[in-house]
Amino acid sequence: MKEKNDYEHSKRYGMVIDLDKCTGCGSCMIGCYTENNVPFKADETNKLDSINWIQVYKLTNGKPYPETEISYLPMPCMQCDGEGKLGHSPCVSVCPAVATDYDYSTGIVSQIYTRCFGCRYCMAACPYHARKFNWWDPVWPADMEKYLSPDVSPRMRGVVEKCSFCFHRYQLARNKAYYENRQTEELGEDEYQTACAEACPTGAITFGDLNNKSHAVYQLKNSPNAFRLLERLETNPKVYYLSSKKWVRRQGDNYLANEEPGLIKKIDKQHH
Amino acid sequence: MKIDRRNFLTYTTAAVLGGAAGSMLTPAPWKLMDDVSIWTQNWPWTPVPEAGPVTHKQSACTLCPGGCGINVRFVGTRPVKIEGLKDHPVNKGSLCPMGLSGLQYVYGPDRVGSPLKREGKRGEGKWKKITWNEALTAVTDKLASLRKSENPQSLACITGSSRGTLPSLIGRFLTVYGSPNLLRPATVQDANEQALFLTQGKQGTLGFDIENADFILSFGSGILDGWGSPGRMFRLFGTRKSEQRIIQIEPRLSNTAAKASRWIGINPGTEGALALGLAHVIIKESLYNKNFIEKFTFGFNDWTDDAGITHTGFATLVEAYSPEKVSQITGIPKPLIESLAREFAASPRPLAINGRGQGTLPGSIDESLAMQSLNALTGNINQIGGIYIVPEQTYAKWPDLGMDATASKGMQQPRIDGAGSDQFPNTRSLLNRLPGLINSVKGDSPVQALLVVDANPMYTLPDTAATRKAFDKIPFIVSFSSYMDETAAYADYILPDHANLERYQDIPTPAGMAHQTITLATPVIEPLYDTKHTGDALIHIAKSLGGFVEEAFPWDDYETFLADTLQDHWSDLKEKGVIEISPDSKDSAVLSFNTASAKYEFCPAAATRQGSKDSNAPSAYTPAAIEGDEKRFSLLLVPYDSIRLSGEQIANSPFMTKTVEATVLKKQMTLVEINPKTAKTLALKEGSKAVLTTPKGKASVIVHLYEGIMPGLIALPRGLGHTAYSEFLAGKGTNTNDLIGSVEDPASGFDMAWGIRAQLSKA
Ligand code: SF4
Ligand code: SF4
Ligand code: SF4
Repeated sequence: MKEKNDYEHSKRYGMVIDLDKCTGCGSCMIGCYTENNVPFKADETNKLDSINWIQVYKLTNGKPYPETEISYLPMPCMQCDGEGKLGHSPCVSVCPAVATDYDYSTGIVSQIYTRCFGCRYCMAACPYHARKFNWWDPVWPADMEKYLSPDVSPRMRGVVEKCSFCFHRYQLARNKAYYENRQTEELGEDEYQTACAEACPTGAITFGDLNNKSHAVYQLKNSPNAFRLLERLETNPKVYYLSSKKWVRRQGDNYLANEEPGLIKKIDKQHH
Repeated sequence: MKIDRRNFLTYTTAAVLGGAAGSMLTPAPWKLMDDVSIWTQNWPWTPVPEAGPVTHKQSACTLCPGGCGINVRFVGTRPVKIEGLKDHPVNKGSLCPMGLSGLQYVYGPDRVGSPLKREGKRGEGKWKKITWNEALTAVTDKLASLRKSENPQSLACITGSSRGTLPSLIGRFLTVYGSPNLLRPATVQDANEQALFLTQGKQGTLGFDIENADFILSFGSGILDGWGSPGRMFRLFGTRKSEQRIIQIEPRLSNTAAKASRWIGINPGTEGALALGLAHVIIKESLYNKNFIEKFTFGFNDWTDDAGITHTGFATLVEAYSPEKVSQITGIPKPLIESLAREFAASPRPLAINGRGQGTLPGSIDESLAMQSLNALTGNINQIGGIYIVPEQTYAKWPDLGMDATASKGMQQPRIDGAGSDQFPNTRSLLNRLPGLINSVKGDSPVQALLVVDANPMYTLPDTAATRKAFDKIPFIVSFSSYMDETAAYADYILPDHANLERYQDIPTPAGMAHQTITLATPVIEPLYDTKHTGDALIHIAKSLGGFVEEAFPWDDYETFLADTLQDHWSDLKEKGVIEISPDSKDSAVLSFNTASAKYEFCPAAATRQGSKDSNAPSAYTPAAIEGDEKRFSLLLVPYDSIRLSGEQIANSPFMTKTVEATVLKKQMTLVEINPKTAKTLALKEGSKAVLTTPKGKASVIVHLYEGIMPGLIALPRGLGHTAYSEFLAGKGTNTNDLIGSVEDPASGFDMAWGIRAQLSKA
């Protein structure tokens, strides 16, 4: 039994990250580490083997002093809907073990560590470097195992992990609704929020159902300053960014010098 | 139904759908997806965190002086996560990376788990576990012997701050014991406090009503890099009104500069001149608040005293700071200086704020006075969106002290650091001068025993080599640190305190807040290890010393002392965790200045500058002297602050270090930022290994080319280069204090170094 894709009527959880508000503080990364039992090691300076489900990148306009500008860009898993929004996310399409799957009821791309056998096809397929590989078994020194959360299983050497949009929080919210005899399909906007959105001290990250008119993300994603990363690829990410700076929007895709940022978005709208 | 690994996903989905239809049979419908599959496999070597009922406990973060409210999530008896407390008046739910990783400090590998006695050489890392009884007796015996030899003033104590009840307890202890030598690091709050006292005649700290200001002129304050209470500052930035403008003035494109409405680069160290230049334009173009200047200030114009001597007024003084001249000093174009002054004065609620970076270095008093004069020109004093005086926290009166002859004699000795002397009459503590003073004494050190509480001077003091040399001369060092920091690692005894979440701590108004608050950090877990609250340890030592020292401490333990000291507030604090004390009503506060003229004084009546012919001279810009010979060292090294790194007493958590960018730290080496233009002249490229040399020392670094830094400068992050702690921090990068010394402000003795001359050459 496999659910059908009812794109317009199911939930599509997504994020809008306001880069004008992002100060690059890194709290979202730490909020995510502590929520999801993300491990750490003595040397984390090689970012290729550093496990981060959300990584804050620094962009610069490249102009000389004092015209230089920078902008930070936090990148969780883009939770792609895939071409034609059919749930064919790049990673899901290549995983031979069904260790990663697209959930049609939420639009969330799952990751099941115990099924993953570490082929890393998904890492190669993901255009956003959202996926990280466990080269080592995690070690929590001293008494640090004592603070681990039971909501998310610690991973082991040889598996891939990535941002889950804090799916366990969705499940916990539904459990709560169920116990309170409420409709589990009608969670309030506050009832399911991701840890990074909560941790962001400036409120740069807004999370909610992109299909739900009463959720803040519904309006925000339609802002003229909104863009997604590599829209040309038609991966259809559910993470949107806002920036009032054109040079930032331009870096969201491989624009040619004569192309205006936002062009791809317009083409996308014409298509659908 | 048989569940195998191939079909369990469909099973889970079916269960979800069943739940939606209201036909669930089991009361626990949604088992976590990954846990279902774990059920089919065994991974015995990964931990399985124990489940349990979820609860929350409220407390406060004590990792920096920011005073943020926290909400600790528990599973059963285990705390699993720290989140921001939404209704706390300081941070309203926002936390910084340090606060969010607070559990790593409690459970991590840096904790000192029991009292320790040094076995090998200092700093060698050989320790013997001892009992609390042995530890307390050893300290008591040493302290008793100093009193016996009539040398009580040779006991010194270094604390992280003077604010809160624990430092007051320590102050009381030292007084009755007979030593005036309670030392602590000074911050920009101290410089501002002196400026406030000189201009308004009041004791208190300077608060900035950033919430309501509409034009913020920041002289390099890293309001998004850890200045003030970081939790508060981030929240304010996220919720600010769209019309609020932030102008950031500094030579490096920091995160604050990046987020500001406008970033203006300036020659480092010349911010004071810019402030006077802006004042020049505001006065010349008559843009100041005439009502306030005429009715409520003194010394704006030239004035003559009773003896018939004429004194220079502020308006006359700033005549010398024309935009042309200030443009030359600061490197800011003249039209920009003029338009900035006009915009500032034209804004309904402009606010000038100061303290470079996180504000951990005080800077000179003149600089503080120059910047505060802008707030005075616009009359933004005790006004919405302006500056406020936050009174010092008052505590209940303790029983009177009896003092024996030894203590009285000891207390009559001058302080080692010269604070409060004729030279620095308004200064309370000058920890920055301590190493130099100890090192300059031939023979025995004036400090024979040192207690270190909530401080890590071996890392945080400028000129690490000099600090180490001075500490070598101190025969007896006791650290009360919870963590194996640099000073603890160099101590003779460690009497470890409880960690955050394990101990009571009252937090007075955090730096920069416009209104008074008291927050109480309540323990939410039992101490993990064999540790003791430093308050309890000191009360115990006092009682063992006997005589008047014992009598001064009638309390059984620190908690009783705290309750007694906070008296009226105690039950409120226990219940609510925080109280807000409303400011004086607007009118009475504005009208009351405690200066000789009962006005805001541009010309403070106190002698503000040593060696000045006119002791009543208003502040003037004196370029901060900087160490190093220009010929040998053609570049300038400036330290910078980042919220992902801590340069302060409590160091980085492993998670914080994990977030540090690859352009800041690579393996064990720090990257320095230099402008590509500078790199070209030095034949350096991105990623080149280089040697950074200053008059104070040398370090191996990697070059990172950054357009956002003024040519000619080298920027080095604060918070790296630890020698102590565990492998998650030790040996990573360079400590800015290894390379930068302290430069004394002649008026206050405070450290006003903003950098040092330096050279960078290919390795
Ligand atoms: S949504 Fe959750 S899992 Fe994803 S980055 Fe944010 S905190 Fe991490
Ligand atoms: S926590 Fe918020 S402000 Fe900080 S880096 Fe993440 S998104 Fe940006
Ligand atoms: S700002 Fe200071 S008090 Fe607030 S969370 Fe961070 S470390 Fe804790």
